[in-house]
Amino acid sequence: MPDLIQKKSADIPAQRAGGTAEPKPEKARSLGSDAWHDLRRRPIFVLSALLILLLIVIAIAPGLFTSVDPRAGDLRNHFLTKPNYSHLFQADWFGYDGQGRSIYARVIYGARASVVVGICVTAGVTVLGGITGMLAGYFGGWVDVIISRVTDIFFGIPLLLGALVILNAFTSRTIWSVVFALVALGWTQMTRVMRGSVITVKQADYVTAAKALGAGTSRILVKHILPNAIAPVIVVATIALGGYIATEATLSFLGIGLQDPTISWGIDINSAQKVIRTAPFALFFPAGMLSLTVLAFIMLGDAVRDALDPKLR
Amino acid sequence: MGRFVARRLLQMIPVFLGTVTLIFLMVRALPGDAVSAMWGDKAPDPAQLAAFKHRLGLDKSLVEQYVDYMRKLFMGDFGETMAGRKVLDVITEAMPVTIRLALMAFAIEILLGVTIGLFSGLRRGKAFDKGTLVLTLLLISIPVPVLGFVFQTVFATNLGWVTPTVQDSMNLGQLLLPAFVLGSLSLAYVARLTRTSIVENVRSDYMRTAVAKGLPKRRVIGTHLLRNSLIPVVTFLGTDLGALMGGAIVTEGIFNVKGVGNALYHAINLKEGGTVSGFVVVLVLVYLAASLIVDLLYAVLDPRIRYA
Repeated sequence: MPDLIQKKSADIPAQRAGGTAEPKPEKARSLGSDAWHDLRRRPIFVLSALLILLLIVIAIAPGLFTSVDPRAGDLRNHFLTKPNYSHLFQADWFGYDGQGRSIYARVIYGARASVVVGICVTAGVTVLGGITGMLAGYFGGWVDVIISRVTDIFFGIPLLLGALVILNAFTSRTIWSVVFALVALGWTQMTRVMRGSVITVKQADYVTAAKALGAGTSRILVKHILPNAIAPVIVVATIALGGYIATEATLSFLGIGLQDPTISWGIDINSAQKVIRTAPFALFFPAGMLSLTVLAFIMLGDAVRDALDPKLR
Repeated sequence: MGRFVARRLLQMIPVFLGTVTLIFLMVRALPGDAVSAMWGDKAPDPAQLAAFKHRLGLDKSLVEQYVDYMRKLFMGDFGETMAGRKVLDVITEAMPVTIRLALMAFAIEILLGVTIGLFSGLRRGKAFDKGTLVLTLLLISIPVPVLGFVFQTVFATNLGWVTPTVQDSMNLGQLLLPAFVLGSLSLAYVARLTRTSIVENVRSDYMRTAVAKGLPKRRVIGTHLLRNSLIPVVTFLGTDLGALMGGAIVTEGIFNVKGVGNALYHAINLKEGGTVSGFVVVLVLVYLAASLIVDLLYAVLDPRIRYA
């Protein structure tokens, strides 16, 4: 696979000889920079990346977008107060929920839970699954047998069902308990991907060459195996990120994920379902933001996959 | 074939034992305490707490609890609901509805998904293909609860085609909307997988040979292209059963379908921790059995799998 990519990247500069800001034609790009080059020219990638950037800014500093306290309920603004669409960025822009809290402020503050859960779970499963997968794939033998059997067992438990059982054990659930549950159940997916990828890579000539030069196991793993085997893991991880956000919202919707006072779109969808006939907007805005967020991450994952997997081009 | 079945069955045993052990560990050995959780924010009364723990056998050592748990599982005892009904009874009663719903969702996924995937794969880059990619992307990014409420509002409340919630859980017509919601996510995945697979295979040597031999188009696409392209789709459908079970909790809750997912949904809402775990164990067992069946079917469809 690596030489296939090099051939490809050698072709590209020749095709656009007229380009000014292109790198020198004879310089073969690494997989990473080739992918980055490809990504920057994709409108879907740019669009989703901008959207995600905006979401991350919202998650870090929600105060920039609204000065209203999302937990301050004023029953004079009971949920029947309809949205006032001309009041851009104001408390009543999206109307008020059942306890007279500003839906706009809640939608803004709810981004943090989703973004944090999505990113932390993905980071957790990538690190845990990456390490176990690398050990299983590189060392083989009994290490591989043990790790593979453990992943088989975890695969027997569907994510949502397992999360129900784990989260049940927590007296009070925070973002971190949800992250813990999803990482505990999700890491084996990455282990499988990494293991398969490492098995292909470890037979490459440059690994044999490194061994012949007397490189230690840790050096081979970190310097040679990891950078060459990580691409499929990154692809699966970026696509899974959107799924983790959706799972968190589903769990919170079922009442077993996040709890008040944490603000989460899933919780707001749950409380809005009771008034869906009279105040559909209370459901629409958190649901819309949730879908938009998942969409942004899935589009990003799609674009990254296309860029990192040259076979699909 | 017989050897393959035997091998798969033998492989199931450690996975089965490991999975139930894992669930036991998640329930009992995690730092959290499901019994104190029953008191919510309040501090539990020590005497009541001890009595509860004794009744549930939680005052014994972890090893004793594990032996107890496994013995009960083999006897088919998955615990009781707070109302005193056996979890297994509740599940066997509700199972036919869920199976019906899941099969409908499965049928929708396969029929619609494969058809859409086939056409967009054959018309790669055309408007239909681009439309499929955009629509499936949208479908994948809408979480199940949101999709459920959107469909309920649009098709039941606004258009009035169906009743918002299901009145008779065994009525196929009424189950159609929840089945569509349940299957929609996987429908999108099936369509995309089929499309990718078709696009890859349409340029393969055996396709060129089949066309060169002058076979009719129906036969080239139906027998040569589709059969080979469906292999990754079948793999996906096997693992998809788990997602279907999770989705059933939400879908049956929203549409009030009286199935297993609905029972579990109520157990969660009533904060019956023990019952939830009992339900999950049974559902995981059903899932393992179902994926075994899919695996065996897979070997029937593709001879290469049998000898691998």
